[in-house]
Amino acid sequence: MSILVGRGSKVLVQGITGRDGSFHAKQMKEYGTKVVAGVTPGKGGTDVGGIPVYDSVEEAVARTRADVSVIYVPAALAQDAIYEAVDAEVPLVVCITEGLPARDMIEVASYLKGRSTRLIGPNCPGLITPGQCKVGIMPGFIHTPGRIGLVSRSGTLTYEVVWQLTRAGMGQSTCIGIGGDPIVGTRFVDTLALFEADDSTDAIVLIGEIGGTDEEDAAALIERHVSKPVVAFIAGQTAPPGKRMGHAGAIVSGGAGTAQEKMARFERAGVPVAKVPSEIPGLIAAALRAKRPARLKLVSRAKGAGKKKTALRARKASAVKKTAKGKTAKAKVRPKGKATTKARAKRAR
Amino acid sequence: MNLHEYQGKEIFRAAGIPVPPGEVAKTADEAVAIAGRLGYPAVVKAQVLIGGRGKAGGVKVVKTPEEMAREAGRILGMDIRGHTVHKVLITPSAEIAQEFYAGVVLDRKSETPLLMVSPAGGIDIEEVARSTPEKILRLHLDSRGLPDYRARAAARFLDTRWDVQKQLARVLVRLARVYRDQDCSLAEINPLVVTKKGEVWALDAKVVIDDNALDRHPDLAELRDLGAEDPGEVEARERGLSYVRLDGTIGCVVNGAGLAMATMDLIQYHGGKPANFLDIGGSSNPDKVTAAMNILTRDSRVKAVLFNIFGGITRCDDVARGLLTALDRIGAKTPIVIRLTGTNEKEARDLLSARGMTALSDMDEAVRAVIARAAEAA
Repeated sequence: MSILVGRGSKVLVQGITGRDGSFHAKQMKEYGTKVVAGVTPGKGGTDVGGIPVYDSVEEAVARTRADVSVIYVPAALAQDAIYEAVDAEVPLVVCITEGLPARDMIEVASYLKGRSTRLIGPNCPGLITPGQCKVGIMPGFIHTPGRIGLVSRSGTLTYEVVWQLTRAGMGQSTCIGIGGDPIVGTRFVDTLALFEADDSTDAIVLIGEIGGTDEEDAAALIERHVSKPVVAFIAGQTAPPGKRMGHAGAIVSGGAGTAQEKMARFERAGVPVAKVPSEIPGLIAAALRAKRPARLKLVSRAKGAGKKKTALRARKASAVKKTAKGKTAKAKVRPKGKATTKARAKRAR
Repeated sequence: MNLHEYQGKEIFRAAGIPVPPGEVAKTADEAVAIAGRLGYPAVVKAQVLIGGRGKAGGVKVVKTPEEMAREAGRILGMDIRGHTVHKVLITPSAEIAQEFYAGVVLDRKSETPLLMVSPAGGIDIEEVARSTPEKILRLHLDSRGLPDYRARAAARFLDTRWDVQKQLARVLVRLARVYRDQDCSLAEINPLVVTKKGEVWALDAKVVIDDNALDRHPDLAELRDLGAEDPGEVEARERGLSYVRLDGTIGCVVNGAGLAMATMDLIQYHGGKPANFLDIGGSSNPDKVTAAMNILTRDSRVKAVLFNIFGGITRCDDVARGLLTALDRIGAKTPIVIRLTGTNEKEARDLLSARGMTALSDMDEAVRAVIARAAEAA
């Protein structure tokens, strides 16, 4: 079912009676998402466009078995809304709200440790499994079902890339906006692991930006544990140091977190980096054609190996890198490719 | 939001961190009067919201009123990396025996505040981290804040004398508390000094408040020094826009921060230079578009403006209406290139073509076009 959300997801909307909450609840429902409940304290018993409203998340979950909650409450109330959903044991919580103080997220991050809820966001557009389930604020029509996974720290830049993929005939398995804040519930590394394990995803597009080291961590993970092709793009190459570029987390501080560093790190990991967004579909197509050779399969089997093996792994990787181009033709006829074609044909029917 | 040194020191003082006496002067005469009260030798320090004051000649020790008048007069009005000095802080000169560093920042990786201390104070901590990383002690703070015993451990890393350690530990505990209670993004003392008499003082203060937390700190929000910020950035913030001025010639108006950054990069990639970062957000309110156009067209370096709008929740026709209204109001002569795609794209194109304007739909094409227009106008 792609990752995190699909046809079976039952969505609850926190802040459903607010301007954004009510608008997007209707939009999500129109897209085909099962929006089963809304929560606004004090408005229990009413409804929004036919969606029943409850006073608490606990009650909404008890009545509707909702398993995804999406939060549209104002920033000052968002931490409490997250706590309420976590305590009601909602497995997936998506916080769209922008402007949470970092301190609130430090506290949330600490509270989430050891708990089963996954948080996406805050300050994010949400996530969508095209044709099945839309949880967030992204325009549905730009997406099309397919086999490319997409993860991004941005909103409209993601739409831009999705739109380019769609027009190039590349549908998406799931598209996730993880949010532009310095502390977010789900990071690149988490979503890469999910896409790697997902049978409906063939390749991954990662859209990063300046600030922090999440892209570097992603590159390190890809090097060792991701066998599917990944293409990256990093926004903010022209951003001046010390200035926040719109997103609270998009800032180059103390010379760290530059786009150049991140791009170089991906290239070292063998991940093609698009110089401009319009290169992404072409790079994905090329990566799928050249389906990466066996090195990563070998490596993932060596998981949990000691230091000796790590060194070996690095040598292997660099050796394979040199010959990777020559192996393109061979890689094309790999059985995995056939399975993919079959799956496509099946879906087409 | 960056605070001035004198504002940061007020916050430190209120939190019980020892800070030397000091007052702010806006004229050389005021500076002389203050130093007369506080005594000589005195230090005159430029108050600007940018680092590197010392290197730029914005900090001087003076021994006489004549020297004070001369130096304060020189520093007031000087330019430090694009920031004009409007205020100086006058403070007595301390007899420094040792200079340390202490700072708390948000560590994104561990999702906790991070206290860093170093016996190598008085220089950039980034420089210390590069050249002598072993001279930095890092302590991740959890929900307890900084317990005394950890503060004592950090103090031992800095100095061997117990009576100095006691004072340092107290400062560190209070610094961690300031960071948390005032919702700081950065709370830094550099240098944190020990005087020849063995007293500990915070000789500088660099405090940055989390913009997202200003609503719950109205007292701190009032500290914003509008005169020390770029006027375009001040106006943008008041209108709910996110704007950063850059050095180029091509203005850009974009919806969304990521797309705005990517647009700047694309301008550079195709050989142009972006004049700004500007995110009009999800709204297509004509007032915002007007405000954006006002800010950009007032900037004489801007030779052409690019609108790059990806219509999702934002509707392209709303932005087009906003742009047309803005043009009617301000009558800008700057060439404009428009790129629209997504929701209500067709309606937007119709609105624009009725006024003799065309919109492109491809981002690369639009960027190349705006670079050409800027070159013609230059």
